[in-house]
Parts: sequence; structure tokens; C-alpha cells
Amino acid sequence: MAQAAVGTVSNLQSREPGPEVLEKVDKVIEAYRGKEGALIPVLHEVQQIAGYLPRCVLRRIARGLAVPESEVYGVVTFYSLFTMTPAGRHKIGVCMGTACYVKGAAALLEAVRSASGAGADGISHDGRFSLEVTRCVGACGLAPVLSVDGEIYSRVEPEAVPAILERYP
Amino acid sequence: MERVRLLIDGQPVEVEPGATILEAARRIGIDIPTLCHHPALGGGGACRVCVCEVEGAKTLVAACVCPASDGMVVWTHSKAVRDARRMVVELILAAHPQDCLACARSDTCELRRLAARLNAGPARFRREKAVPAVDASNPSLVRDPSKCILCGRCVKVCRDVQGVAAIGYAHRGIEAAVGPAYGDPLAYTRCVFCGQCAAVCPVGAIVVKDDTDRVFEALSDPAKHVVVQVAPAVRAALGEEFGLPAGTDVTREMVGALKRLGFDAVFDTQFSADLTIVEEGHEFIERLKSGERLPLITSCSPGWINYMENFHPELAAHVSSCKSPQQMMGAVIKTYYARQAGIDPETIVSVSVMPCTAKKFEAQRPEMNSSGYRDVDVVLTTRELAAMLRQAGIDLSGAPQADFDSPLGESTGAGEIFGVTGGVMEAALRSVSFALAGEPLEELEVRPVRGFEGLREAEIEIAGRPVRVAVAHGLSNAEELLRRIQRGEREYHFVEVMACPGGCIGGGGQPLSKDPEIRQKRASVLYRGDRAKRQRMAHDNPAVRRLYEEFLGQPGSPLAHRLLHTTYCQKLSPAAAS
Ligand code: SF4
Ligand code: SF4
Ligand code: SF4
Ligand code: FES
Repeated sequence: MAQAAVGTVSNLQSREPGPEVLEKVDKVIEAYRGKEGALIPVLHEVQQIAGYLPRCVLRRIARGLAVPESEVYGVVTFYSLFTMTPAGRHKIGVCMGTACYVKGAAALLEAVRSASGAGADGISHDGRFSLEVTRCVGACGLAPVLSVDGEIYSRVEPEAVPAILERYP
Repeated sequence: MERVRLLIDGQPVEVEPGATILEAARRIGIDIPTLCHHPALGGGGACRVCVCEVEGAKTLVAACVCPASDGMVVWTHSKAVRDARRMVVELILAAHPQDCLACARSDTCELRRLAARLNAGPARFRREKAVPAVDASNPSLVRDPSKCILCGRCVKVCRDVQGVAAIGYAHRGIEAAVGPAYGDPLAYTRCVFCGQCAAVCPVGAIVVKDDTDRVFEALSDPAKHVVVQVAPAVRAALGEEFGLPAGTDVTREMVGALKRLGFDAVFDTQFSADLTIVEEGHEFIERLKSGERLPLITSCSPGWINYMENFHPELAAHVSSCKSPQQMMGAVIKTYYARQAGIDPETIVSVSVMPCTAKKFEAQRPEMNSSGYRDVDVVLTTRELAAMLRQAGIDLSGAPQADFDSPLGESTGAGEIFGVTGGVMEAALRSVSFALAGEPLEELEVRPVRGFEGLREAEIEIAGRPVRVAVAHGLSNAEELLRRIQRGEREYHFVEVMACPGGCIGGGGQPLSKDPEIRQKRASVLYRGDRAKRQRMAHDNPAVRRLYEEFLGQPGSPLAHRLLHTTYCQKLSPAAAS
């Protein structure tokens, strides 16, 4: 039988940049326009807002800051903290805090990777999951801990992972 | 200033401060091998092929970027150095397609030569990489990223010299790549197809699209009447491909060689350059009189036209509506010439030989069909013509000398200097001042617009009024000039822009060269040619006069407009659209 979630935390984010997101993006660009070295902080703030950096947003930033698009793309692909892929529909977190680690979080992470199909950027090809390694979530007594869309699963054995993920289509 | 004294391979050498070890070594005849460094672009430091041993330094140093310093002791081919260089080249080869036999740059590849020179082979390692797709999305250039060695020369020339930055570095580590944003094909970027990247790429990763077979095919089709036109800059450089010193004028040998290749008629783009001046001069005088849409900006460089359309569509009204000389000639060949010679224009294959890769793009623009046919069918670069001649076994110096055919082979000195920065301006000023003042300029050679400064300006007195002109070559210089105009810091009547550094003589399709004086040498051919001409003002060209009398009517006539003028648009690439 599939394991039940033991609680929730709220960390959902929007996936497509809608007009309100683009408006915020423009505000960030406006705040940095004409400043030296603006590109990286702008990309950073915009990613916070939009969740990722799609083409249309990168083009907006390039035009807004008068930086060639090739350079913007170069920076985004150079630093692993930037991503051009939208987050998956469901967000998986694997805790790598000391307690979870000691209780076998590494094996759990591997199991989540293979069950979710997450690529190097943590996002599965079908856009279903994005996988993130988190720091201690403060549930050490329940280690190792896995969270999906904020729902916390405790003392997860690697074999239990596929059944948990099946609940998130 | 204090001179710097150092020892290289035991030999003393003295250089000015700031000179690199590479430069110091070349001063005494030691040729340290290089790969990423290009003298016209500066920098380097990426490939480490040029490493040397410097006594007291902990690691080997890159000679192309390391400045020589006083008292330095340098060894350029010790065992450590030789081993390191060979390792660098072998690591590059390990991830490189072993494709030399089928590679367009086989003959001229710097990597291949370097491997031979350093006795480096590909056999020791093999690193398989995913093979990226070849980009043949446009009529001018072909990019094969699998051959890219990440030297960065194309990035530098595109960003710094041309201000386009269509290509850049992306990703990191083993996935590092050079190319357009998002891995897009060049056709989706704001690339202007100037080909400067192909001219500096050391390997076969960016090459000019090869159209030679299309021309060979036409030449061997007896049903076709194959004519060719040749741009001024070609005759000033083609000799270099056949081992002649840069600056050799090979006009008559080139015409002879083209006839040997089998062209039915060999025409001179300098004829249509003269024609351009007559039309553009007419346009300029009208604008000068009305005071509208000044400055007039020249339109003969298709790389510049692409740039204007992609980056400054707001300037379209200022740009002359004249087609480039190539396209004017194309339209005249399939109308006037066809009628005169009694040839069905349908059977004409119109070829042009140009220093320029953007001309390939221009010839395929949908609107370039005012003759009722494709005005120019195939565009070859200077390098492609050389390749055809070699394939046909024609050595330029052995070819019989010949003259251009009439009626489109006659030209004045004005048409000749079109090939060098400032030349279009000078040619126009000669004719415009004659038209306005009724007499030639006191000094026919307009010195202030000559030379190779990136930006030049002058005030010329014509018929008692000052005419302010400016000249820019290389698109980042052009951008600077346009900015000054748009900010209202400068006012001009007439502006010349050529996309390539040096003008057409420095075009992306010209023979590859690292000679820092190459532009001066090629320009000297055109300036000498100008001086040797019987007529030096475009409107004096008797064949151009006949063309108006027999066919076009007046400059600016409706027929002239239909055949010789064009309109501009904002290029509908996704990059330009937003
Ligand atoms: S780029 Fe040079 S080394 Fe590479 S395949 Fe072509 S000729 Fe050979
Ligand atoms: S053709 Fe010119 S604009 Fe296009 S990538 Fe090459 S250097 Fe840049
Ligand atoms: S395409 Fe050519 S010039 Fe550009 S980085 Fe690659 S090897 Fe160097
Ligand atoms: S030539 Fe000096 S580092 Fe490449």
C-alpha cells in the first residue's frame, strides 16, 4: 500500500509567464537599466519571479538592457543556477540534511531520479516533475524525508518511491 | 619610452613596452605557433598552443597574451614546450571530426597545418561528442559546429568589429559551444551575412556557401548564355590566391581566365558602379535642394542594408533607394543587354563575382527580380572563383590577358574606387560637384574621405556651399556614427557606410590573410586603377550615357526607378520582429 503524506508546506509556483509576470519582469529591467553588470542580477531576480527563464523573457531582458541576445543566452547556459525549462507540474524535494543523509537519503535521491525521469537540470522530460535537493526541512525525526508539492513523506524506503509518485499525474 | 630587453632562445631582442612575447619572437624570426590568436583581433589566450617556458615562472606562459618584460629569459621550443603544445593539439583533434579530405578548408585549415607542423596525430585519444547539426539556413554561410575549436575569433569579430553579436559562447565545460543564442540557425538571428566570421575562422567551422558547381553546370549547358560581372575589389585581391604579392593588379589576367572558363560575356561591375553614382548623385541633388531626408546614406553594401533593416529600420527613409551595383547590373543584363544582343533573357544565367558573402543573400531577396527574371542568378566570392580556376587548371599568371566585353565593360575611375571605404563618397562627390558647379572638383582626389580610420568626416565646398560628409566602415563604427547623428551631435548631408572593415576589399569572401597591411595593399590597386583611367567621373562613362540614351531615358526616370531602385523592409526574422 502506498505511503500517506504526513503534512504540507506551501511552495507552489506559477509555470507560464503571464502578463502580470511580464509586468514585474519589466519593472526589474527598468530598475537596472543603464547600470554596469546588470545582467546577472536581473536574470536572478526575474527567475525568482517567473520560476524560469523562457526565450521570450530572455529576449525582453536583452532588448531592455541593450545586451546582445547571444550574450544573455551565454550567461544563462553558463551558470547552472539559471534554467530555461519551466518547473515540472509537481515539485519533489529530497532532504539532504545530516539526519536524512545518515538514514539513506542518497539512495532515496537515486530512486527518485530514476522513478521521476528527472534530467540533469532536475526536470523530467514530460514536464511532470522537478526535483530539488533541499536542506534540512526540520523533520529529522522522520528521516529520510521526501516532499511532493509540499506534502511530506516520512521514513521513505527507495522501493516506496514509484508508488508515491504515481499519485501525482 | 624605456625599451624592454629580453632573451629568447638565447638571442637578445629589444621591444617597446606592451609587446607580447609572440611579437618579440617574430621580431627575430622565431615563429611561435598560434591558433586562437589573430593579429587583426588581438587577444587570444584560449588555446595555449603558443605556450613558452619563461625562466622563473611556475607554469608555461601563453606567448600571444603575455607581455615581454625586461630581463625575461624565454625558451620557445624546449621539450616541456613541445610536449605541451602537442598535447593541446592532440586534445583538440581527439574531439574533432576526421573529415579533412571532404572539408572546405582542407587546404587552408590552421588546425590541420598546425598538427602537421607539431607532428601531432589524432590517434592517441578519441573523445566522442554528440554531433551538432550543420546550419545551412541561409544563402551565404554554412556553419558546422562539430569542427569548431572554440577559439572565439568569430565571436570577437562579430561582436567587436561588426557590433552584431549574432554568435557567442554558450554552455560550459564539455558542452561549451560557439553559436547563435538558443542554438538557432543563423537565419533566425540578426546576422547580416557579412562573412567576417568565415574570414577569421581558423578551421572549417564557418565557411562560405559553395556555389561553384552551379556555375560549372551552367557553363557546360550549351542552351545557356552565361555572363559574369566582377566587382572592383576582386581584381585587387585574386592574385593572392595564386601566390602573387598582395597589391598586384590582376584585372586583365582575371578577365582572360574567366573567358577561358567559358563565360559568354565578361562584364565589369565598375560599369554599374558608375551607373549607381549617376542615379544616387541625382537622388542626392534632389534631397539637397529640398532639404528633405538628409543625410542621404549609401546603399551599395548589402551587409549594411541588412544591419539597417535589423537594427535601425527607422533610418530606411534616409538610405538611398539605389540598388547595389551588382543588382543594377543584373537588371540591366536581362533587359538592355538581352535586347541589344538579341538573346532571350530566359536563357541567360547571370553570375557575379564579389568580395562579399552578403551579396549572395542580396541576390536572393524576393524583390530582386525587376527584369522579370531573377536579376542575378549565382553569386561567387573571390575565393570561390579562385577555386573554380584551380579546378579548371587555369593559373592566373599564365592566362592570356583580355579586356571586359562591351557594352557593360566600360568604366571610369569613379567605379573603380567603389571597392574601398570612402570610394563611393569620393565618386559621388566628383559627379555631384560637376553637376552643381558645372566644373570638376579642383582636387579630384578627395583626400579627407580616404584612409582607414574607422570614422572620417569632411566638409567639401561645392558650388559655393559647404557639403558635410561622413564615412564609416565596419558596422560598429557605423553604429557609433549613427548614434552621433541620432543624438544630434553631428549633422551631415551625405553618409557612406560599408559593412566590412576597409570596405569591399576587406569583404568576407576575399582571400584569407593575416597581413596587417592587407587593406592598404589592396586599396592601392584601386587607387592606381583610378589614376590610370581616361575618365574619372562616373557620368563621363560613355557606355552609361548610351544606356540612358538608348534605354533608360533620364536618371531617375520611371524605367530607371523600376530597374535600378528598391525599397527596404524590416527583416521578418523572429529576432528582428520583437
Ligand atoms: S577543419 Fe581542418 S582539421 Fe577539421 S576537418 Fe576541416 S581541414 Fe580537417
Ligand atoms: S556573417 Fe557577420 S554578422 Fe553574421 S555571424 Fe558572421 S560576423 Fe556575425
Ligand atoms: S566557429 Fe571558427 S572562429 Fe568561431 S570559435 Fe569556432 S573555430 Fe573559432
Ligand atoms: S594562440 Fe596563444 S593561447 Fe591561443
